[in-house]
Amino acid sequence: MTAISDRRQLAYIAAQAADARVNVELEAEGMTLNIGPQHPATHGTLRIVARLDGEQVIEADPVMGYMHRGYEKLTEVRTYPQVTTLINRIDWLGSFANEVPFILAAEQLMDIEAPPRARHIRTIFFEMARIANITLFLGDMGVQLGAVSPIFYAFRDREHILNQIESATGGRFHPNFDRIGGVKDDLPAGWIAETKQSLDRIRSFCDEMEDLLVGNEIFQARCRGIGVIPADIGLSYGLSGANIRASGVDWDIRRDNPHPGLAYPDVDWKVWTHPDGDSFARYWVRLQEVRESCSIVEQLLDSIPSGPIMAKVPRIIKVPEGEAYVETENPLGIMGYYVVSQGGLEPFRVKIRSASFSNMSISPWLLKGTYVPDVITILASLYFILGDIDR
Amino acid sequence: MMLAELLPDSVSYLDIPIKLLFAIIAVLIPAGTTVYLYLFKMVSFMQSRLGPMEAGPYGSLQLLAELGKNLQKEDIFPLRADRSVFALAPYVVLMSTFLLAVVIPFGPDAQFTNINVGVYLALAVSSVSVVGILMAGWASASKYSLLGGLRAAGQLIAYELPLILAVVGVVIQAGTLNLQGIIQAQATGEIFGWGGLGNPYLLTQFVGFFIFMVAVQAELTQVPFDMPIAESELVSGYMTEYSGFRFLMFFIGEFATANIFAFLASVLFLGGWSVPPFVTDLFGIAWDSNWMNVAGPLVMLTKMLLLTFVIYWVRFTYPRFREDQLQKFAWKFLIPLSLVNIAITGVLKVVF
Amino acid sequence: MPSEADTDTTEETVVTDEAREALLEALTSEFGDAIVDTHLQPGQDLWIRVRTESWADTASYLHERQRFRYFNWLSAIDWLPSPFGRSLDAEVDNILTPPDAAEAEPQQHGVCGGETRFQVLARVHSLTTNLGLTIKADVAGSDEASDLSVGTWTHEYPGASWHEREVSEMFGIGFEGHPGLRKLYLPGSFEGFPMRKDFPLLARLVKPWPGIVDVEPMPEVEEPEAKEPAAPSTENVEADGSGE
Repeated sequence: MTAISDRRQLAYIAAQAADARVNVELEAEGMTLNIGPQHPATHGTLRIVARLDGEQVIEADPVMGYMHRGYEKLTEVRTYPQVTTLINRIDWLGSFANEVPFILAAEQLMDIEAPPRARHIRTIFFEMARIANITLFLGDMGVQLGAVSPIFYAFRDREHILNQIESATGGRFHPNFDRIGGVKDDLPAGWIAETKQSLDRIRSFCDEMEDLLVGNEIFQARCRGIGVIPADIGLSYGLSGANIRASGVDWDIRRDNPHPGLAYPDVDWKVWTHPDGDSFARYWVRLQEVRESCSIVEQLLDSIPSGPIMAKVPRIIKVPEGEAYVETENPLGIMGYYVVSQGGLEPFRVKIRSASFSNMSISPWLLKGTYVPDVITILASLYFILGDIDR
Repeated sequence: MMLAELLPDSVSYLDIPIKLLFAIIAVLIPAGTTVYLYLFKMVSFMQSRLGPMEAGPYGSLQLLAELGKNLQKEDIFPLRADRSVFALAPYVVLMSTFLLAVVIPFGPDAQFTNINVGVYLALAVSSVSVVGILMAGWASASKYSLLGGLRAAGQLIAYELPLILAVVGVVIQAGTLNLQGIIQAQATGEIFGWGGLGNPYLLTQFVGFFIFMVAVQAELTQVPFDMPIAESELVSGYMTEYSGFRFLMFFIGEFATANIFAFLASVLFLGGWSVPPFVTDLFGIAWDSNWMNVAGPLVMLTKMLLLTFVIYWVRFTYPRFREDQLQKFAWKFLIPLSLVNIAITGVLKVVF
Repeated sequence: MPSEADTDTTEETVVTDEAREALLEALTSEFGDAIVDTHLQPGQDLWIRVRTESWADTASYLHERQRFRYFNWLSAIDWLPSPFGRSLDAEVDNILTPPDAAEAEPQQHGVCGGETRFQVLARVHSLTTNLGLTIKADVAGSDEASDLSVGTWTHEYPGASWHEREVSEMFGIGFEGHPGLRKLYLPGSFEGFPMRKDFPLLARLVKPWPGIVDVEPMPEVEEPEAKEPAAPSTENVEADGSGE
């Protein structure tokens, strides 16, 4: 008993010391406000130490690591097929999208190419992961701004996409469906028609959000001109995805650097950009992106080729020596895996380049001089997932 | 008739307990009704869910369950809280609600007290809650509470003004500060010589009604003006550190005040407990017959439910403003608009 | 692998190769002896390795002259073979055997080679040519944290700040000129550098790897024949494809 209480006390003292350290670092005039680690706006355990002058933020310093799981270290003691289970948990809202770049990197090292049907199925789930992820953002942004209802609509309509993912892969959140050389299973019968129905629901959800939030004067007043990121600053901070496209940079990995393992060259869609670079632009770009994703999935469903879903892959996967970096346009932005293999069963080193980490790294710059309510708006519009920051 | 007997003008020993009982009924019953009907059910249907379904038929006893839950909870005081102020704050907030209820008429005689400056008193005591909120914010020893309390103070003071100025138009038109007088003016009034509907000031003072309802929304710190308790920014604002019974008091205070303001709005703009003259003509009774002491509270309840419906509808639809935008909205839009409204009302009053 | 997509990729390979070769030429001609080694994977990627001293200058050169405006990421590699062995390749779980048994394995550097145990690597992207570039550099010095250091990239790419903080806490590599090289993820009092290969993964030390302990006898590694495509029955595929 005493041991436990001692340990608790030590943990408490350590936590106090950590707090004191951060506070000392930021010690100055004004009030230090700890936003997080347990705070409704951080949906996870992010902590932002903000120094306030009244309600104005003089300096904001995100403190992370409350959720660091050490995936880069853990991958070094996992075989390649085991790694996908792990990295599923990085961005837990669009899990399938995490697997794809790693599998592609491994395929690139092994010089394997997935058959066309597998490429299509992969891309379909990749885009469905994007829809599942971003629809939640579209609703969540409303909650952060005080409108409670949109998130319920988001959950309602996202459910249909999750059901479709589940019925094909067996996992609602963490499909673990991608394999080196193809995908695990074929699509079940009748799946394509059902998926098209669920896409219609997502489309009507997008229209609903357009009416409820985008067209709302208060929403616009809260978001327009808030958290403006100029394009070159966003680039030098490594922002990606909708965050950088909202600053007018017309760059989408899916269109500009498509990996042969995904079927994006076969479909036709538009990459949306917005010139403003503010919170509203980021919301708007994501809204359009969901619509484009729906159209991508629909095109892929219509044009899905028949054939095998697995390439010829040895039973025991040994990846030859080499290094490969593959990045894809994930729901949150660019996600890439730098895989170093030394010819073993397990990778020698995996560097996980996650989107939210880079997206959040701009926050000290961006939050300076804003007001506390805008901090929430900006963080919500940057759209991070804690698992994606802390890995 | 019977209510008139129960509430005699002279002070007796029985008088005060009965009035207290009626005050609690007048505050708590509507609060429970709106919380169940709107907060639990209407909002759930708006958000495509069912809401509470287990406690009682259609979850109608959920409120009692919540009450029991909150009463069982530990009454937590933060370590560095100013204990006495912290403990007192919810009572102050709730007190302002009950003080407001004092002047609201529910029938020709069903009223706790009938004073000649009823409107004035109502608007004055409604600001008492600011004191309670500031006390809660300061005494919690939490930065979120402090920010919430200060925001609440700034906001409530800013919206007192449009609230009062919106009522001035009504007072000019009715020619009295007495709430019964205002009801009488609406019940017996005529619109261009036609008295079938009376003259509910909703029709002739629609600008004032709009301003009043917006200001009420802000006074209640409901979305889109809920910065003081903005849960995504300040966790729960001045209520962050409260738990158990004291939190429940804030909770009741919030919803009961919404009802009392809705009562006040229905007195000022919808004719209060009176029904349109064509209805009383149908039954062949006078507008202030004793029957209205029985029917009046129900009429008031109906009107109140209509208005609170609007309040909660807005609450669960809109995002919230930012603090500076809210102040701008009050000072640069609502106040000039209400001043113009007063001027026009004054001119028209003289002309007609 | 041979499929109809092959023709597309070969075409693409030629195109991107030209671009990457031109880039490589520009880099080698203008940056000269600072570049130690280069590697071009046709159609896939381009690596360069620069001297440790020119690590910081590389950033400004790439940013200003070559218009690599997009900072992608920065990280490091510890090339030391794990003292705990290649756990999954082993027949038995050798995690508990003394580390010096595995020490004999030679350090084996990857693409572009290297001399030191630690290397930093970073990736930038150019939006004008749409090419990515991986830059590596050796980090000289002993394994002590105070000794290992390279220049910072934060002046050209402010986004490198968090990446460098992560590298410094995980590998113990310092970055000269970094504005605030605090720990990013780890608690302030944490000792050791977790991403180094000789930092034990406690979970593995405490519990042997179950996959090795009760491993079923693997079938011989079948290279030339008997590969099961693991594909589903083709009727199923046809039915689904034509059903729509």
